[in-house]
Amino acid sequence: MFEIIAKVDTGDTAWMFAATALVLLMTPALGLFYAGLVRSKNTLNTFMMCVGAIAVALVTWAAVGYSLAFSEGGDLIGGLDFVFLQDVGFEPYEAKAATIPHLLFFAFQATFCIITTALVSGAVVERMRFGPFLLFAFLWSILVYSVLAYWGFGFGWLIEGGTLDFAGGIAVEMASGFSALAAALVVGARKDYGRQALLPHNAVYVLVGAGLLWFGWFGFNGGSGFGTGANSTLAFTNTLLTPACALLTWFALDAIRGRTVTAVGAATAIIVGCVLITPAGGFIAPGWAMVLGFVGALPCYALVAYRTRTRVDETLDVLAAHGIAGFTGIVVIGLVAQASWNGGLGDGLFYGNADLLWDQILAAIAVPAYAFIATYILLRVIGALMPLRGPEREEAIGMDVVHHGEEAYATGEGAILVSHEAGQERVPVGAKD
Amino acid sequence: MIGIVRPEKANDVLEALYRAEVRGVSMSRVQGHGGELERVETYRGTTVQIGLSEKVRFEIAVSDAFVQPTIDALCAGGRTGEVGDGKIFVIDLERAVRIRTGESDDMAVTPVGS
Repeated sequence: MFEIIAKVDTGDTAWMFAATALVLLMTPALGLFYAGLVRSKNTLNTFMMCVGAIAVALVTWAAVGYSLAFSEGGDLIGGLDFVFLQDVGFEPYEAKAATIPHLLFFAFQATFCIITTALVSGAVVERMRFGPFLLFAFLWSILVYSVLAYWGFGFGWLIEGGTLDFAGGIAVEMASGFSALAAALVVGARKDYGRQALLPHNAVYVLVGAGLLWFGWFGFNGGSGFGTGANSTLAFTNTLLTPACALLTWFALDAIRGRTVTAVGAATAIIVGCVLITPAGGFIAPGWAMVLGFVGALPCYALVAYRTRTRVDETLDVLAAHGIAGFTGIVVIGLVAQASWNGGLGDGLFYGNADLLWDQILAAIAVPAYAFIATYILLRVIGALMPLRGPEREEAIGMDVVHHGEEAYATGEGAILVSHEAGQERVPVGAKD
Repeated sequence: MIGIVRPEKANDVLEALYRAEVRGVSMSRVQGHGGELERVETYRGTTVQIGLSEKVRFEIAVSDAFVQPTIDALCAGGRTGEVGDGKIFVIDLERAVRIRTGESDDMAVTPVGS
C-alpha cells in the first residue's frame, strides 16, 4: 500500500464534473422511459414524478441526507457534521475521494439520491396522487436512501464489515426495487389492472429513455471510482459489456416464448444489464461481467413474466429490473471478485475466499428487508394522513389533466383562449361534483 | 345506431356489447361538447378553456330485435353518472349490404355463423 495524499487532481476532477452531469441526465431519461411505458393520459404525471424527485431529493440531500449518509456516525446512521453543507468545501474528503473537491463529491452523490428516489415512482404511476408522492419522496430520500447509502457507501455496518458495492447495488438498486414492491402493495393496483390491457403508449420513448439511461450509466459506474484510475476504467468497460450480454439473453428468451424479439423487452434488458454490473463494475474481470449479463438476466426476465400474472401491480417492474438485478450483482461479487482486477480489494469464492460471499449475502438479506419494511411503514403513515390516490373517476380521466391541468398531446382543437382581463375562475377537473 | 361515450369507458362499452352478442361495431375518436364542465389548462402562461372533450363514437347497425339490447349495453358500459357520459342516437337504416356476399338488410348485419 502507498500513502494517499489528499490533493485535488485536475484529471480526476474534470471527469467527475462530467460524470455528475451524466448521472443527473439519467433522471429525465428515466422519466422518458417510464412515460413511454404508461398510457398516454398519464404521460406527463409519470414524467413529473421523476422531475419532482430531482427537486425534492436535491433539497433533502443538501439539508440532511448527505450528512446522514457520509459523515461518520454509528453503525446504522451517520452524523450531522455536514448538515446544510457546512464544512463541505474545496479540499478533498480524504476518507472517501482523495483527489476531487469535497463539494464535487457531494454533487456526484446527490445525483444518486435523485435517481433512486425517482426509480421508486415506477411502482405507483397512473394512480398515486402527486402531492402525497412528493411528500413520500421527501421522507423516503432521508429515511431509506440516506440510511442505506450510509450502510453501503459511508461508514455503516455493511461497508465496515467488508461488503463490496461499487456503484450502488445496496443504496440504489436493492433499495429502490424492494421499496417499489412495498409501495405497490400499500398504494394498491390500478383500477383497470387485470381487467383491461394496459399497454405502453410509446415504445420509442421507452427505447430512447433506455438508451439515455445507458449513456448516463457510464457516469454512474465510471464515476464511482471517483477518478480516472483502474477501477473506473474497469467499471466503464464493464458497463458496455454486461448490458450487451443481457440484451442477447433477453432476445433469446423473447424469441423462445413469443417467437418475436420485442423492443420494450430490449429496453428492459438494457436497464437490467446496467443494474447487474452496477455493484460489481470495478471489482470483477470483463469476462465475468459478460457472464453476469448472460446469466443474471434470467431471474429478472422470469420475474417480469411472472409478475403480470399476480395481483401485485408493481407497474413498471422496478423490483425485477432493479431489486433482483441489484441483488444478483451484489451476490455475484462474492463469487467472482478478483483481487488482481480490483486493486487488491478482495477475491470471491471462486478465487479461494468464502468470507466475501458471506459479507455479500448479508447485504443481500438486510438491505431488501430494511427497504421493504421502512417503505411500507412510511407509506402507511402518509396514507393515514391523506389519501394516497384519488377517486376512480379521476384515474379514468387521467393523471395529466387532473393533477397538472395539461395534456401531453394537446392539439388545441376546441381550446378557447382565456383573456387575462376577464379574470376567469380556474376550475380544475374533479374539483366540483 | 350511434353512441357517443367517454373514451375511458370505451372498453367497458365494448365488453357490454360483446355480452349482449352485438358483434358488428365501428368506433372512431371524435371531439364533442354536451354541456359538461369546461376544464382549464395552462401552458406557460397561456390559459385555455377546453370546450371540446375527447369522445368515442360507436356506429352499430343492428336488426330490430337487437335495438333495445344494444341501447342497454351502451348505457351500462358508458354510464358514470357525471355530466358528459354521452348520447345514443337511434336512426332508421334505409339499406345495408354485406360487401363480400351482396346480402342485404337484416342478413347483412347478422354475424356470420349465428
